[in-house]
Amino acid sequence: MEQENTTSWWRKAIQSGVIGGIIAILAGLIGMIESFHARDIIAGRISMGETLLLLIVIGFAYSSSRNEQLPISTRVTSGVITGVVTSLMIVLFLMLGAAVNLRSIFVNASPALYKILTLEIANTSLAYIAIIVIGAVVSLAASLVHAATPFWKRIISSGFAIVLLLALLQDLIRISLTPFPFITSVLSWMFGRRGQEGLSILGAIVVFLIVAGAIYNDAKNGAARRARREALPEAAKRTRRWVNWGLLGVFLLIWPQIAGPVLSDVTNSVGLYILMGLGLNIVVGYAGLLDLGYVAFYALGAFTMGVLTTTGGEIFFDVRWTFWEALPFAVIVAVLAGIMLGIPVLKIRGDYLAIITLGFGEIIRIMFLSDFLKPYFGGSFGIVSIASPTIGGIVLDSPQTLYYVILAACFVALFVAHRLRDSRIGRAWKAIREDEDVAQAMGINLTATKLLAFATGAAFGGLSGAIFAAKLSTVYPHSFTLITSINVLALIIVGGMGSLPGVIVGGLLLAGLPELLREFSEYRLLIFGILLIVMMLNKPEGFVPEAVHKREFHEDENLSHAAGG
Amino acid sequence: MRQRFLNRINFTDIALGIIGAALVGLIVIGSFKTLVEGNYTTRQWLDFVVFGIAQGSIYALIALGYTLVYGILRMINFAHSEVFMAGSFTAYFAAVSMAKSGFLESNTIIAVLILFAIAMLTSTAIGVLVERVAYRPLRRAPRLVPLITAIGASFVLQYTFKGLYGDQFKAYPEIDTLKGSYTWGDINITKVQVVVILSAAFLMLLLYLYVQFTKTGKAMRAVAEDKDVAALMGIDVDAIIVRTFALGAALAGAAGILYAITFRQVNFFMGFIPGIKAFTAAVLGGIGNIPGAMLGGIFLGLFESIGPILFLDGLNVPAPYQLKDVIAFSMLVLVLLFRPSGILGERLSRTKA
Amino acid sequence: MANILTTETVTKRFGGLTAVNTLSIEIPEKSIYSVIGPNGAGKTTFFNCITGFYKPEEGEIVFNGRSILGLSSDQINHRGISRTYQNIRLFSNLTAIENLLVGQHPLMKATLFGPIFGTAATKREEKAALEESLRLLNFIGLAKKGDLLARNLPYGDQRRLEIGRALASKPKMLLLDEPTAGMNPNETEEMTKFIRHLRDELGITILLIEHDMRVVMGISEKITVLDYGEKIAEGTPKDIQGNQRVIEAYLGRGTAGQVNH
Repeated sequence: MEQENTTSWWRKAIQSGVIGGIIAILAGLIGMIESFHARDIIAGRISMGETLLLLIVIGFAYSSSRNEQLPISTRVTSGVITGVVTSLMIVLFLMLGAAVNLRSIFVNASPALYKILTLEIANTSLAYIAIIVIGAVVSLAASLVHAATPFWKRIISSGFAIVLLLALLQDLIRISLTPFPFITSVLSWMFGRRGQEGLSILGAIVVFLIVAGAIYNDAKNGAARRARREALPEAAKRTRRWVNWGLLGVFLLIWPQIAGPVLSDVTNSVGLYILMGLGLNIVVGYAGLLDLGYVAFYALGAFTMGVLTTTGGEIFFDVRWTFWEALPFAVIVAVLAGIMLGIPVLKIRGDYLAIITLGFGEIIRIMFLSDFLKPYFGGSFGIVSIASPTIGGIVLDSPQTLYYVILAACFVALFVAHRLRDSRIGRAWKAIREDEDVAQAMGINLTATKLLAFATGAAFGGLSGAIFAAKLSTVYPHSFTLITSINVLALIIVGGMGSLPGVIVGGLLLAGLPELLREFSEYRLLIFGILLIVMMLNKPEGFVPEAVHKREFHEDENLSHAAGG
Repeated sequence: MRQRFLNRINFTDIALGIIGAALVGLIVIGSFKTLVEGNYTTRQWLDFVVFGIAQGSIYALIALGYTLVYGILRMINFAHSEVFMAGSFTAYFAAVSMAKSGFLESNTIIAVLILFAIAMLTSTAIGVLVERVAYRPLRRAPRLVPLITAIGASFVLQYTFKGLYGDQFKAYPEIDTLKGSYTWGDINITKVQVVVILSAAFLMLLLYLYVQFTKTGKAMRAVAEDKDVAALMGIDVDAIIVRTFALGAALAGAAGILYAITFRQVNFFMGFIPGIKAFTAAVLGGIGNIPGAMLGGIFLGLFESIGPILFLDGLNVPAPYQLKDVIAFSMLVLVLLFRPSGILGERLSRTKA
Repeated sequence: MANILTTETVTKRFGGLTAVNTLSIEIPEKSIYSVIGPNGAGKTTFFNCITGFYKPEEGEIVFNGRSILGLSSDQINHRGISRTYQNIRLFSNLTAIENLLVGQHPLMKATLFGPIFGTAATKREEKAALEESLRLLNFIGLAKKGDLLARNLPYGDQRRLEIGRALASKPKMLLLDEPTAGMNPNETEEMTKFIRHLRDELGITILLIEHDMRVVMGISEKITVLDYGEKIAEGTPKDIQGNQRVIEAYLGRGTAGQVNH
């Protein structure tokens, strides 16, 4: 943004405040605050719902005070004005709610919501004043921090972020630490009393201090430490790397034992999404072909596995193969579908490609659901009694055992994707993504290259679908909607299109978190939508952008900064 | 010479040719069989036709929104389907309260006009909001980015409305004054259908006149033609873009009311399928082409209404109406494959990517 | 000297507009041949016809004795024609080296199997390609800039990289579309020398679109002048310099006779 008009800063601050207020009220009306209220961040004191409200106020106050051309006092005042206006809007809303029955229209304008907003203070006037005061104080703090040196800003916001994160992931942490009772007891003072979620006040303060301390330390000494690390001899660096990967490998192998059945199941779902993400990453991330119908391959893989191995119900293809026998076929069917889908759309670009693939995906879903194909695919009843994989007599049908199958599949996919990225075909894909016409003029056969992208992507999708079918041992057409495609798309975009670590990060965030935080999962798609918009507006390359590949074995090539010439 | 011919034909064309021929074949065979079997009376066929036209009018109104925005920004406004939903859903509450007080029955015309107003205003507000928040900052971004933002916006709107109003299907009150139908020989048109067709026609006429003859309309066409040159001519491009979004959204809001009185059910998800179908209609008529969108809508409505019975039944497909949506989606795919410039042809230049 | 490329009455129409009108030219092997003309004369369209991006309505194009009419761009590239673009179309988000590696695509063979299973043949191919890319990088004067993203390179370097990318497929003929656009006299001088070097060292035929007359007159062996899609003059630089029709085309009617070259 160019130079902002400094004269009407107070008008902007009020505008910001109004928008903040609307957002806060909306958050309440859609029921988010009430849902989030069920979980505590600070045990017994501050709930996630209240945190959300605070974050909204802080966020808007923060952005209000960001104009660096204004003097600090103005910036702070600006922030405070915004904060107060936001709180005022909440108060006005409460007053309206008291006078008029909003519930007939807005289903979530319930007494429970009002209770939360008034911070459970019975006396309404007192509550209103409290809200405004808190809003003012919080926004004052936020704008002060913002206008202060960036040094402290980072420390404080990171501290709060980690506290929040720990509180949210509390279940995950507690469960994964159960095999280590010593650590659990040591940490028990950090969390609320057994049964209550959230960190204890003491815990929160301690965590905050530790994180703040760590970042402070890093800021002061970090550069030196990093330089020392860089200066190590190549052999030592390599050993370090091996050790790190080794530890990760061991952790991954023993994870199901630590995690237990429920968490393993969550991990499995995440794994399947990551597998799909790796596939879609090739189509969208490498080759730049926006495929919104990706769920079709997932469905085809699942249904093929189902049809070939089912032992129950009315079967049309009565073959009753084992999982491993059917698996290659599931993948092949998906690949064929990928090619068939790819052929007609070879000349189509951009938005149109997205819509057409969306259409294909929907057509496949409806067909599987229809009575027309019911005798083959079970219609809306789906297919049941699908085989689970077995290895040497052991049936892998528990979450913890199935985990290894999924882990293996993910590794295969990662390996293939990694190898392809720096190969002739990977470069051809990227060229197509950058400029299709020029790629063709450079000798790249668009037809073959695009079809390969679709086929490879479809293969991973089909693989994921096949394992999914075995995991649930049933398949219903209802599981394969557009939303699945969007989920996968969202996770590679948020993670970073074209980047392999990005897919993993995206999967953990967008597939894992909603499973862990039930409150989030109710608003999952809303949050996805917001996330997509926010990411596109601010960080379209994702959280883990595609790395620029550096050639390690020619040191003289690794040079620096652009302005050479 | 033969060498040159072989060079021009490639694999894709052959594959497409086969697919096309197969589909045409299926349609012809199916229709033939149905007509020969003669299971449906003329009266029934005419009912389908009328229904198709009414349905198509609704699609046409929504399609105009897509086509207007695509003409100006060369992007598919994925969130348009939610703009349609927003108006319809919000007006529901007014409808219910008017029904309760009896106003709906006693002053039906005014009541319905009020509903139109509410829906159109809400839709316009949402449409303009989306443009301002999600699209404007990304005007110069690479193609993929606004597309994804649009998808995000679509979801945000859907689930916000779900949160606000709940996920139940809400039933629009039945309006007694609109019950009943007019008959004319074998043709039977319900009063609701009359309202739908006439209102849609009226609005489309208004739009056409507006775009052709008013200053803003001309400015819109200029911006659609070439944004930069229009700016050089002194046109406030941002304002025109906002107005275009507003116009499309208002029409979608109106379509929402027409949809509501026809199907009498609203729900946060109601925009998705009509949205895709309307987009199909817009492409069918030639994206960016206003009369095209109108024609495309009617055509799609007819095809969707008559199609399942006409050829699917003949092909002995059980419950052909389940596949009604497949027909629409297939139409979309087929148009984009075989004639992406639509029936009336695109009013845009070749560059699309 | 045989002709490496001949076009016979090539005509390209867009709706009612005839962008290229019955254009016939003969380009001798290993020559530096320029196509010039005022803006909008159809030069880039003509290039696009040769490279297969447009399919001409009429006419014939023969390269190295075989017709290339109707072939797709990638097929034509495989036959030995490469090009650069008027407004630099590099693969912006790839590094310089990666751009050069993509350029070698038609010379390489690996598909899926090789890379995934890490076969010896593929490894060898990649290694050779990388070495070739580094060599090319040197050749075009971007020796230490291989890992920079193409879009971060300065303008002059981007132009060179684009030429490098075109050279990577070892073409027999190179089409350069306004290679000195936006350059100052020094850079133009460098580029001119470089183009001559390309022909002399590598034996590549160069077909050039240029607006800078010093460049055109300086290195071309033969020139064709287009105006409104038609050939209005053809010959050596000397022939063109004094040609009335050419001067009129560039400067408009009525100014002929007033210009000294």
